[in-house]
Amino acid sequence: MKSTTKYALPIAALIGAGAAIAAGADLGQAEKQATNWTAISMFAIFVVFTLFITKWAAAKTKSAADFYTAGGGITGFQNGLAIAGDYMSAASFLGISAAVMASGFDGLIYSIGFLVGWPVVTFLLAERLRNLGKFTFADVAAFRFAQTPVRVFAASGTLVVVAFYLIAQMVGAGQLIKLLFGLEYMYAVVIVGVLMMVYVLFGGMTATTWVQIIKAIMLLGGATFMAFMVMAQFGFSPEAMFAKAVEIKTGIAAKAGKPEAEAAAIGFSIMGPGGFVKDPISAISFGMALMFGTAGLPHILMRFFTVPNAKEARKSVLWATTWIGYFYILTFIIGFGAITFVLTNPQFLDAKGVLLGGSNMAAIHLANAVGGNVFLGFISAVAFATILAVVAGLTLSGASAVSHDLYATVLKGGKADSKAELKVSRITTVCLGFVAVILGIAFEKQNIAFMVSLAFAIAASANFPVLLMSVLWKGCTTRGAVIGGFLGLISSVVLTVVSPAVWEATLGNPKGSAWFPYTSPALFSMTIGFVGIWLFSVLDGSKRAAQDKAGFLAQQVRSETGIGAAGASGH
Amino acid sequence: MEDDLAKRIASHPKYQELKAKRSSFGWWLTAAMMVVYYGFILLVAFDKPLLASRIGSGVMTLGMPIGLGVIVFTIVITAIYVRRANNEFDKLSDDINKAVLK
Repeated sequence: MKSTTKYALPIAALIGAGAAIAAGADLGQAEKQATNWTAISMFAIFVVFTLFITKWAAAKTKSAADFYTAGGGITGFQNGLAIAGDYMSAASFLGISAAVMASGFDGLIYSIGFLVGWPVVTFLLAERLRNLGKFTFADVAAFRFAQTPVRVFAASGTLVVVAFYLIAQMVGAGQLIKLLFGLEYMYAVVIVGVLMMVYVLFGGMTATTWVQIIKAIMLLGGATFMAFMVMAQFGFSPEAMFAKAVEIKTGIAAKAGKPEAEAAAIGFSIMGPGGFVKDPISAISFGMALMFGTAGLPHILMRFFTVPNAKEARKSVLWATTWIGYFYILTFIIGFGAITFVLTNPQFLDAKGVLLGGSNMAAIHLANAVGGNVFLGFISAVAFATILAVVAGLTLSGASAVSHDLYATVLKGGKADSKAELKVSRITTVCLGFVAVILGIAFEKQNIAFMVSLAFAIAASANFPVLLMSVLWKGCTTRGAVIGGFLGLISSVVLTVVSPAVWEATLGNPKGSAWFPYTSPALFSMTIGFVGIWLFSVLDGSKRAAQDKAGFLAQQVRSETGIGAAGASGH
Repeated sequence: MEDDLAKRIASHPKYQELKAKRSSFGWWLTAAMMVVYYGFILLVAFDKPLLASRIGSGVMTLGMPIGLGVIVFTIVITAIYVRRANNEFDKLSDDINKAVLK
């Protein structure tokens, strides 16, 4: 176990595997800790509270619109918090703070990548999505096209992204519960699977949104307290905090037998960029996956249909961006706090000076250092609640793709009644719950570091190009969107499989044998997606193509003005 | 919506104004965000020593305010768009709405 724990050092994953700690759950293999009853009771309180909310939400969830979009009655502020909740995962909290503790500035570069997609979503998509869509992003992508092929593509894009994201979250949940609660991996996966099913089945989008909001408030509150306590120790002077961290890092390097000058250089290295960005192509490609992937994540896009109009949709992204940016600043301070409080305290270290439970425990140990055992329990419970909420959001978007896009539109030709559609989404939710648990167990021992970055790469290369081109380019046709979209989807998956992170690190092929040398496929697969859409649209001389183009004006007018958009109640 | 209504809206001068203004504003801001972010990434890729250079007498480096600056810029640029869209653009939208639906 010792060696696997070291392997899971977040920064090793960051540099080696191109990693996806931030939005996903690259928590690696974790050691089981002593059972932590404080944390378990805090988590139990959270669960009971959210089950009451689910009961309340269930009474309000009568139609398909209630189930998918909470009846469109969420405010911009609430939705902003819920989006932030969807985005701030346990692994971004634990993983980024651990990465900052290990290498300082590099952790900041990483979190910035996850933030910069939000303005792009705001400027190009948010209000147009709200004006054109009803339940899923396929409503928007297929607005003026032949429904069946585009819906099938959009549902595939959704389910593939959801599957990879779900695996990452489930495995993360299992590892986390070993670390935080000292319970078995299996328990965690089953608990997450069952609770998520209950939230989504009975409470639909209303319950999922409120679970998300509560968790976001708890996470932001807890992280704020930790950052405040750290800063207070240094008289709120960043300079003093950085100076102390550099001094400690230098001391550790000197203790390891480095000569004085080298130790000083190692200590100071946390203040500038290190090994995170190797080659510019990987850096740009990875940056594109993060930036445009955000604009193609189905569970995020779906949140724009829960608000009544374009104005609230814009407000929700502004709030989300603000909270997420604030959160990344907090994790940066927490990471430096971990250097100064945790790395110096033998209580948190083993004989070799390595963090107890692995380096992902940085924020957890810091919680103990600044707030004692009760606060430690609180933060542990928040971390687990976080995974639960993210998983519920993912499941809901997967279920909507099956029931709304495949069942109601493709199979029933848009004539399914609300009751039947609701039933199908509930059946799908149960199926997804089982699939998630089985995948979580199957992938327990796998290196899943690549999965969230893969989800982002697919979202950026398949969902985002189709969405953007269908909304903004008159010449886009059904054939172009479907072929180009699938090309983006397939190329991003294939290029990921033959990249070092999967081909070498996961499949165990010899080093240097990967065909695709870069960290992320997005630069190439996004290009393939966009060029594919353009080329096959331009070459498309079919009757349907003429119809697609003729429908652009009406679509554009509605996307710009909101006239004719699905109303606030959605009924 | 009927094609007829769509055509009436599309030919309305305020709609033309809205479309042109929003589209150019959105693309300019998108370009600005991309320049800032990819500029930052390229700086990291090509000039690490610059970001690691000290400012002042302590350990503070140039990279820290720049990194923090990118986060703040991201939030501010989003706020700038939302502010203008929620006032000016929505007002134009409302005007169009009133003009064609009365």
